[in-house]
Formats: sequence, C-alpha cells, structure tokens
Amino acid sequence: MSVIPISYYLVLSAILFGLGMVGVVFKRNIITIFMSIELMLNAVNLAFVAFARAHNQLDGLVFVFFVIVVAAAEAAVGLAIVIMITQNRQSLNVERVNLLKF
Amino acid sequence: MIPFIVFFVCALLAVAGAIMLIVAWEPIHSALSLVLVMMALAVLYLLLGAEFIAAVQIIVYAGAVMVLFVFVIMLLNAGTEERTNWSKFAKIAGLPLAFFLLLAIAHFLSRTAIGSNIANGPGAVSNAGVSTRALSMALFQQYLFPFEATSILILIALLGALILARKDE
Repeated sequence: MSVIPISYYLVLSAILFGLGMVGVVFKRNIITIFMSIELMLNAVNLAFVAFARAHNQLDGLVFVFFVIVVAAAEAAVGLAIVIMITQNRQSLNVERVNLLKF
Repeated sequence: MIPFIVFFVCALLAVAGAIMLIVAWEPIHSALSLVLVMMALAVLYLLLGAEFIAAVQIIVYAGAVMVLFVFVIMLLNAGTEERTNWSKFAKIAGLPLAFFLLLAIAHFLSRTAIGSNIANGPGAVSNAGVSTRALSMALFQQYLFPFEATSILILIALLGALILARKDE
C-alpha cells in the first residue's frame, strides 16, 4: 500500500494559506477578500485533518467540524455587514471604507 | 500509485483554483474558483479517511456558504473590481513577502510532521465507516459542551445577520 507522506498535505495547506493571505492583502473587492478568508480557513482545515490522520486522533476532525460551523456563522454575519457597507458607500471597494483610517 | 495520482491532481486543482480566485477580476469568477478549491479539498479529505468531514465540506461549504456568497454577489450586482494603484511598498515588497510567509509556514509545518510519521499505515481514523462513528462519539461525549455552545453561536449569528441586513424604518 503506497501512502502519501503527511508533509505533502501540510505543504499544500501552507500554499493555500499563503494564497489566501495574498488575496486578503492584494484584492480590493470586499467580497473577494471574504472569499480569501474562507480559503485560509479551508487551508487550516486541511492541516487539521492531516495531523488527525498522522496522530490517529479524532480531535483534529472535531476541530474541523467546529471551524466549519464558525466559518458558516462568520459568512452569514460578514455578508450582512458587506450588504450594509455597500448600501452606505455605494461601492464594493474597501478603499472607500476609510473613516477609521489613520 | 493511484492515491499519489489522485493527490497530485487534487492538489493541482486546489492551487489552480486558489490562484484563479486571486487573479480573477469578477467576484463571480472568484466564487466559482473557490468552489473548485473546496471540491478538491473534499476529495483530499476522502483520501485522508475523513469521509464525514468530506461530506460536510461539500454540503456546508460548497453548498450553503458558497450559495450565500453567490447570492450576495447577485444581490449587490457586483461587477468588475475597481483597479487601484497599489502603494510603492506593496508593489516592491508584496509578492516576495507573501512568498516568504508561504515558505516559513511550509517549513515549520513539515518540520513538525517529520516526527509524526508514525501513522502512515492504516489506523483507527482511516477505517471507512468506523471514523464517522468514532467522530460522533467524540463529538457528543467528550466535546458535548463546545457542540452545544456552537448552537448558541449560530443562533447569535442568525439574529446578528437579521438585525444588520434589515432596512431601517
């Protein structure tokens, strides 16, 4: 039985997390930034599942479950905030949301 | 051999989807790329023997959350992203710093993993069917209190979303 080393999964998880980070920093559209955050959460989930498999522990899978629940709640509240901002600013560009910017 | 092929195809799809998410200018293209990433990750979860997580990934993430995103994109009529000039610092140092962050995370993660190669053989987690049963036992016994707490969290999120998104009288 050929087995994939756990570090392959971890490197893939790191790549996805880095790409999500790049998305958060570089994108200007507030919805795309939100999707990049979801991408980072997914990358962390992959690392959790890989570690759960590596240590033969179920706790990692339980944490993934909780992460998914929190991500769903976050998406609901976050998108409601996005709708509010867009109604107030008439734009999806985060650079228009600069009242608190130093 | 076959697991390796599946892994590399899915890893490639996931990374390609993530890159498409970043380079796409239309939010709807980003959303569809993210669905691609989530599907690829679900296959990887299956490969890791976590079939319940794979199902939840498809139903909750690719299903519910992404439908919510697409719905909001449609509702706000989100078109092409405005192009803005990046600051000088972002232009010069942005991508190298991002690459450095990626390298650092990959380095530390895989260094942690070297010591933990114990379990590459078939284990309790990997047995099909057993995993879901054991997971539900852990969820409803050891992690019962956090599980109940998430229900409160979802209730609060529901109320918060309702209050935020309603029209002012």
